[in-house]
Amino acid sequence: MTDHLPPKEEPRSPLRPLARILRARDKGENPDLIEKENLRRRHEVMRDKSRRRSEGRLLALGLFFIAGFVVVGARMGGLATSLPAEPRLASGAHITSARAEIVDREGRLLATNLVTQALYAHPQEMVNIPHAVSELKRIFPDIDEVKLREQFSGKRKFVWIRKTLSPEQVQQVHDIGEPGLLFATREMRLYPNGRTAAHVLGGASFGSEGVRAAEVIGVAGVERQFDERLRDPARLAEPLELSLDLTIQATTREILQGGVKLFDAKGASGIIMDIDTGEIVSMVSLPDFDPNDRPLPLTSGDPGDSPLFNRAVQGVYELGSVYKIFAVAQAMELGLINANTMIDTQGPMTWGRFRIRDFHDYGPRLTTSDVIVKSSNIGTAHIAQMIGPSRQQAFFEQMGFLKATPIELFEAASGRPLLPAKWGELASMTISYGHGLSTSPVHLAAGYATLVNGGTLVTPTLLKQSGRRMGPRVVSDGTSAEVREMLRAVVNEGTASFAKVDGYDVGGKTGSADKPKPTGGYYKNKVVATFAGAFPMSDPKYVVVVTLDEGSQFIAGENRRTAGWTAVPVTAELIRRVAPLLGVRPEIAPLAESGIREARNTQ
Amino acid sequence: MRMFLAIVMGGAVLLLAFWAYQENYRTRHALSEVRKVRGEISLLREELGVLRAEWAYLNRPERLRQLAELNFPKLGLLPMTPDQFGRLDQIGYPKPPELVPPEGELEGEQNND
Repeated sequence: MTDHLPPKEEPRSPLRPLARILRARDKGENPDLIEKENLRRRHEVMRDKSRRRSEGRLLALGLFFIAGFVVVGARMGGLATSLPAEPRLASGAHITSARAEIVDREGRLLATNLVTQALYAHPQEMVNIPHAVSELKRIFPDIDEVKLREQFSGKRKFVWIRKTLSPEQVQQVHDIGEPGLLFATREMRLYPNGRTAAHVLGGASFGSEGVRAAEVIGVAGVERQFDERLRDPARLAEPLELSLDLTIQATTREILQGGVKLFDAKGASGIIMDIDTGEIVSMVSLPDFDPNDRPLPLTSGDPGDSPLFNRAVQGVYELGSVYKIFAVAQAMELGLINANTMIDTQGPMTWGRFRIRDFHDYGPRLTTSDVIVKSSNIGTAHIAQMIGPSRQQAFFEQMGFLKATPIELFEAASGRPLLPAKWGELASMTISYGHGLSTSPVHLAAGYATLVNGGTLVTPTLLKQSGRRMGPRVVSDGTSAEVREMLRAVVNEGTASFAKVDGYDVGGKTGSADKPKPTGGYYKNKVVATFAGAFPMSDPKYVVVVTLDEGSQFIAGENRRTAGWTAVPVTAELIRRVAPLLGVRPEIAPLAESGIREARNTQ
Repeated sequence: MRMFLAIVMGGAVLLLAFWAYQENYRTRHALSEVRKVRGEISLLREELGVLRAEWAYLNRPERLRQLAELNFPKLGLLPMTPDQFGRLDQIGYPKPPELVPPEGELEGEQNND
């Protein structure tokens, strides 16, 4: 007790103060009473102190409780007055099948997700395995019975049987009554339009598969190229807008399919590209496939025979005479020639031990314009000699012919052009008329768009653009105007006379290139027929490139294989059907006979 | 007095406890409602997705083309041709109505009278 004394406390008053005791004894009173009173006073003081102390403690405790209740009350008031908001999804490491949709430029659905069930088995829970296997064989005829029985009888605890099921199949499997057959939920990728835009979309399959969900990953085409963006959780609600127009795409496919049937072709490709923006409005490659049911790639033989092969992007061919315009354009740009310069076309032209021949003998000389209109190899070879191989190579580099196209498809990288081993004078001469350099039709479309739009580079793209895109200048306005004149002349007077379409000023160039044999040399009667054109030529808006692989038709007494008889009529029909859909107004043709031409804007 | 206050305080505590528990029950009920509504929303979203896919499938170009061909006698739909474009001055607008002045209210006539 004594060691707890606080330092400031006064010394305690004694219980038996001497003075008072002595006075009490003198008076004859009991001194113990004084002691008792002092003791009582002391205890009273102690009680007061302890009461004050406990009151303080109670107050503190009460304050704590009040504080607690005030906080709870304030929180409740805050929650009651705040605005309700959706809680954000907990992003865990679980499998999610969420994938953004793909739409065309008008917002029509090209690829979407569909909820479906998958079928799996727990063999350890199965009651009657042979019955189950025979019933499954009945419901799914293409299932491998032997393999399934093997999987069920082994030690495996989990067997996937089918990855997608229709609701009817779900009901049928349920009716088997087997407890070991279970259903898993997932979403699958659905392409409602079937074969239309098959190569562009590509296809999708399942990655990691769980019982609640399965990951959908892109396998080819746009699905694979934009796999990250399609699975990005922040952009799931935003569909991927392609530059394709479903109507135009379907029409192109229909007409190209008709052309393939009519000319018995092995395959075909058609590209329609907007010149101002480089957007590809339709891209079709035949034969094609159903992306909902993607066939397996070929394991042997020529990969070009598979329907999965995209002839517009992956197929690199020596495209032939369509390339002549690039040599002429470069020569005019360099100021070496103009449209009326006489070019030597005396055939056959020899260089070393090589001979260059024309389809027909065109005489000793032709104007540059006629070299294009009549399509003379010798004339173009002479022009290439004027330009020189290094300048030609630089020009082709500018045009983008020496590397794969920047188009947004996974397969674009495999469409790398095949360049000559040595780009010397002979190579430059053969390249000038389209043999010696193999490129894809998309390269050609972009090149033609660049030449006819006034001379600025056009980059092909599959994504919807918001407006005109101006690339760097490649040729001058004047050269572009001359080129347009020549291409128009090809249709009006030259090899592409079937391309005349009423109301649309079509211009373009044909190319019938012999297919090279894999062993070297060329086939005598197999031709890749191309027509690359643009319309309306007075102010070009769209480029159309159509190639037909080994098309031929017995017309007018002879087996016709050249582009003028095969690819050109197909293109004419295509333009006739597609131009009104694109909203291009037909023009009233100017009176050519009067010699007066309408004033034209070259911009 | 003190006893009265103590009883009043005790009663207040009981009332507050009662109110707090009511709030609790109401909150739990609201949470279960929210869970039910969220479940309904996800089911409806799924249904919406399926319907959109079905609509796109029914609207695919091949099917529409086949339908147009099938119903040609009734509809007579053909592909668009370039000669179907018209110009604004080719449209025959109706003639504006002639303005006939009412009888006897020409200013000039009244003055000349």
